[in-house]
Amino acid sequence: MGQTINAAMQSEAMISLRGLRVSYGEREILHGISFDVVHGETLVILGGSGSGKSTLLRTLVGLERPSSGEIWLKGKNIAAISAEEMDEIRKKIGMSFQGGALFGSMTVGENVALPLREHTKLEESTIEIILRLKLDQVGLSGFENYMPSQLSGGMKKRAAVARALAMDPEILFFDEPSAGLDPIIAAGVDQLILELKSAFHMTIIVVTHELASAFLIADRMVLIDKGNVVAIGSTEEMRASTQPRVRQFLDRIAEPEVSQELDYLQMLTEDNRLGR
Amino acid sequence: MELTTQIGESVTDALAYLGALATLGSRAAYFTFVAPLRGKPLRLQRAISQAMQVGVRALPILSLITFFIGLILALQSAYELRKFGALNFVASAVAISMTRELGPLITAIVVIGRSGSAFAAEIGTMKVTEEIDALETMAINPIHFLVTPKFLAMIVMLPCLTIWANSMGILGGALFGVAQADFTWVRYVRASLDALFLRDIVTGLVKSVMFGITITAVGCHEGLSTGAGAEQVGRSTTRAVVVSIFLVIVVDLVFTALFFFMSDR
Repeated sequence: MGQTINAAMQSEAMISLRGLRVSYGEREILHGISFDVVHGETLVILGGSGSGKSTLLRTLVGLERPSSGEIWLKGKNIAAISAEEMDEIRKKIGMSFQGGALFGSMTVGENVALPLREHTKLEESTIEIILRLKLDQVGLSGFENYMPSQLSGGMKKRAAVARALAMDPEILFFDEPSAGLDPIIAAGVDQLILELKSAFHMTIIVVTHELASAFLIADRMVLIDKGNVVAIGSTEEMRASTQPRVRQFLDRIAEPEVSQELDYLQMLTEDNRLGR
Repeated sequence: MELTTQIGESVTDALAYLGALATLGSRAAYFTFVAPLRGKPLRLQRAISQAMQVGVRALPILSLITFFIGLILALQSAYELRKFGALNFVASAVAISMTRELGPLITAIVVIGRSGSAFAAEIGTMKVTEEIDALETMAINPIHFLVTPKFLAMIVMLPCLTIWANSMGILGGALFGVAQADFTWVRYVRASLDALFLRDIVTGLVKSVMFGITITAVGCHEGLSTGAGAEQVGRSTTRAVVVSIFLVIVVDLVFTALFFFMSDR
């Protein structure tokens, strides 16, 4: 494949994945993932536990290195660039982690201002203004002097989004935005993502297994299963899909019980083979 | 065959571990001494707060421990010396063994217990809660951000603490000297200072700097290599303490031998 990706595709696509494989040691998690993320869309990566969706997200932000394949992000293949170049790209992306990952020893304000203080030469007064603005955007005005431990789960997520927004990123990544939140608070976070989408036309990539939230915020969806892309398409296409694996996931059908001893044995050995 | 394979594996594991420590240590040293010259400023604010934590807050417990150690040393050496009627040598015995050996070592062990474990726990918790990942996605180098201030604080504070520990040890010895060996406080301190060469103090301080590097590298490395889950933080912290104590003693042996053979020639 190499450099053969056509230029037209690249200019339209914000991110292009080509044959992406990721392994932890001997064990391969992603077995050749390829898809594009279009500029300005909200793409939801769906998948069950252990499907490899979190690994995919970690690879996209450069926390894991692929064993082969390409990730084209802003015209650069981040699978093959130096740490310095990756850091330059990272200043243009924002990531909201599952648990927020706010620094516990700093106030909310210091957390949000940290990337600005690290990477810009802005005046402290300017940083103060940006900080207020970002906190206002996520509905946390006036919380800058709170410690993360004093915030509720939903507020922590909002603060994490504010921090991810600090550098005005072009791409925003979310890892399980509604994990560990009650339905009402989770809906609030979904609402926040929708607001960001309409206000900034940012490219947003969300990893989740929450179907309701996924259908609410997504323009397009990718379903990942056992390290492979099972289906990709708009929310309507996904709803209408007749693919058994897609139906199983969307209709929340449990894995069929293994009744035969022999089948069970086979399942175990197969899993074992995968696990190697 | 089995045994040789096992031995081989343990040796390669140990070498890989030392390699990881050396890499971490040298990167921290790079960010402390070289990077500031290239326009990446040091985080002095963070280093100072670490120095408070590592150094100043350790003073009460360290003072108490080294005072007792000095007193114990005096008692133990007096046990032998009084057979020769040479009780007045207690001062020099305590002074030399404190400055050359026990001052740096006891300080290192106290600092391992207070700070080496804290480094591993702090960084390990940050690893588990994805804060280290968050730093990386914000293009902030975790070693520059987290390890370097600790490194700087350690290599400055450990020699300072050691000097303090030496003095407290000598004071502990003096208590015995005054009470049991007809010394006055002034005469005891003078006898101690007379017995010391600058070399004794300097070798102790060189060791303490090496101990500081070792403790920081082990504590931070254990923290950074913490696996998933809260119980892993506990495991990292324990390992940081055990490995630090072991490596500090190894470093101690290496440098003591080095100084011994250097002074021989």
